[in-house]
Amino acid sequence: MIFGNFFHKMASPPWFYRVSGKMLPWFGGAFALLLLWGLYGGLYLAPADYQQGDSFRIIYVHVPAAWMSLFIYVAMAVCGVISLVWRIKMAEVVLISSAPIGAAFTFLALATGSLWGKPMWGTWWVWDGRLTSELILLFLYLGVIALHGAIEDRQTAARAVAILAIVGVVNVPIIHYSVEWWSTLHQGPTVTKLDKPSIHVDMLIPLLVMALAFKLYYAWGLLIRARSEVLERERNSKWVRDLLGEP
Amino acid sequence: MSLAEFLNMGGYGVYVWSSYGLAAVVLIANIVIPVQRHRLQRARLRRRFRQEQTTP
Repeated sequence: MIFGNFFHKMASPPWFYRVSGKMLPWFGGAFALLLLWGLYGGLYLAPADYQQGDSFRIIYVHVPAAWMSLFIYVAMAVCGVISLVWRIKMAEVVLISSAPIGAAFTFLALATGSLWGKPMWGTWWVWDGRLTSELILLFLYLGVIALHGAIEDRQTAARAVAILAIVGVVNVPIIHYSVEWWSTLHQGPTVTKLDKPSIHVDMLIPLLVMALAFKLYYAWGLLIRARSEVLERERNSKWVRDLLGEP
Repeated sequence: MSLAEFLNMGGYGVYVWSSYGLAAVVLIANIVIPVQRHRLQRARLRRRFRQEQTTP
């Protein structure tokens, strides 16, 4: 059970701190390479859309950011369950370290959506199902961050944000299906249609590359923040003293 | 395609480039700020351990 062993070790703070430090440049480098590929494909190689012209190129930040906003929230809810049920400290660390990154992606999805909506729909904002539920997602992320900051006791704080993350996850399917349930200005799904995605392959490849790049960015940013959180929690332990103290 | 044509984005340049510019600012800030905080945190801990050693 190599994987079981890996996760078991990940739960050990000194091991996590040491190994994650070595992994950081690889995540950053892989992200940069994929980003360059995605930008080149999306901004230069992909043909202009026959209806939306070059404005459709906003899709390469908007859609991957929106996907990440949902992905990270689900990851936080899973961590919430793990930290409540099994009391694994690393799950608390991952949960709270994910929140600012998720909030950033949600903000980007909303802002780039606005910048795309203005030339295409003629308005920056509309209170429809998709946009409103995504805005609620942003408030959920900010709520998790604020709640964690407001509670002094670490254990109470961890439990409170775990519960908020789990309860808030009901919003995720609402966001996903909002374009089918309610009439909206937002276009329907383009990529995740079961039969055949209605997007040209030259347009689709950069989108998938950007989505993968954003996943790596999340892993990269998560490791950076989780290392800080681990160091803070373990500041009185021997391994931190051995690491940073005078020899 | 000329550079001016590329930047113009078929008339949608303002919207396209503000989207990408905003994304760049947010994504860079979300790495630089925690990296900086981690660096300060390590320096603070180093200082603390040094002080504890000199004044036992």
